[in-house]
Amino acid sequence: MSPFDYAAPRSIAEAAALLQQAGDDGRVLAGGTDLIVQVRENRRRVKLFIDVKNIPELNELSCSARKGLVIGAAVPCYRITSDSKVAQAYPGLLDAAGIIGGVQIQGRASIGGNLCNASPAADSIPALIALEAACVIAGPQGSREVPVEQFCTGPGKTVLGRGEMVVALRLPPPKKGSGAHYLRFIPRNEMDIAVVGAGASVVLDKAGKTIVSARIALGAVAPTPLYVAEAGAALAGREVSEAAVLQAAESARAAARPITDMRGSAAQRKHLSAVLVRRALEKAIERARNGRA
Amino acid sequence: MSKKIHVHTRINGEEVEFLCEPRQSLLEVLRDELGLTGAKEGCNNGNCGACNVVLDDRLVNSCLVLAVEVEGHEVTTVEGVASSKGLHPIQQKFLEHAALQCGVCTPGFIVAAKALLDRNPKPTEHQVRHWLAGNLCRCTGYDKIVRAVLDASACGSPGQK
Ligand code: FES
Ligand code: FES
Repeated sequence: MSPFDYAAPRSIAEAAALLQQAGDDGRVLAGGTDLIVQVRENRRRVKLFIDVKNIPELNELSCSARKGLVIGAAVPCYRITSDSKVAQAYPGLLDAAGIIGGVQIQGRASIGGNLCNASPAADSIPALIALEAACVIAGPQGSREVPVEQFCTGPGKTVLGRGEMVVALRLPPPKKGSGAHYLRFIPRNEMDIAVVGAGASVVLDKAGKTIVSARIALGAVAPTPLYVAEAGAALAGREVSEAAVLQAAESARAAARPITDMRGSAAQRKHLSAVLVRRALEKAIERARNGRA
Repeated sequence: MSKKIHVHTRINGEEVEFLCEPRQSLLEVLRDELGLTGAKEGCNNGNCGACNVVLDDRLVNSCLVLAVEVEGHEVTTVEGVASSKGLHPIQQKFLEHAALQCGVCTPGFIVAAKALLDRNPKPTEHQVRHWLAGNLCRCTGYDKIVRAVLDASACGSPGQK
């Protein structure tokens, strides 16, 4: 690897100052499972690695019925998947957090890093969008929150400005009668990158018959993970039915604008978008009915 | 050239200090500076598991960890798996089942399998296969490896540290 410097700040202020100073030469290091490979393969030039794993706020993982879920940006996936409270309240998030790489990657990779790496195929992002997550960002001008669907601006690109970093992800408490699911299509059983990924969440009425609201997001079908607001909006107020689900799936298919690459063709990805959204919705509805958010 | 950094850590139960450049991976330092050549470099990008070590209590790819990141942490390599009494049961079972041919993947599989049995002493075959999905072997076809791990678990091996 070409040489770089390393700093391990102990506070957000210290990290932000380093980032501000380094500008484009600095990069935040959490799990490193993407970053180290990118630098080693000369796909990214970094002169200063800013290791944020010693900053308390970035290691926070807290889940409460009142405040929802806070995931510090450096929390590795295994901590999320092995937390029984999170498993109970956010199975739709676990669907994604549990399939990012194998066990060795799970021990290091963070959801915050998955987000900041801004791959269009990142597994966690459609799940986070479906769950209405927001990024808490700290920077020289103080802190701000950005909904996850607005965070990525292109492959590898985000809204983060000079000196800014993601501190945590915030998920609202699951609503009564809600359910969510994320799934992807890959040619293997595990350890692969999504050809297409789909996340969905629904809120059902008390009887479990009518859809109050829904959110749908796709991965790997556009330059950024794609929030398909219209597909969810069209479900609001409708009775749960095959027709309603198929219509949402069709609307997701229409919104997808994939490319052809080594993982799949544009036509296959279009087709998969509809299939995966249908399955994601069916499972989300099933979870909502079973009282599992 | 960036300054070398002084790192304090524990490796296989012993206090270790070393100097390294920030760009050196844990794998490089283990092999090239500390003479612990058990962990292998297969892909150097997180796909093959040949470089597996345990960092604190997590199985990791040492090619994806910077050596400076282990400051204050604890590392266990394949060299720390056998004890003075002899081979660890997982190693013994790898021999009995001929779960290796060229052997390049073996240290990674041993470290990974031990990490599994340490937390789940009686895994199902599915759990073994799933856990080992991040370790690649180009020789054995995996089946013998899975049999060896299952046999080690049946013997109640993980008690031995
Ligand atoms: S050498 Fe580290 S995973 Fe292959
Ligand atoms: S024994 Fe040769 S790669 Fe596994």
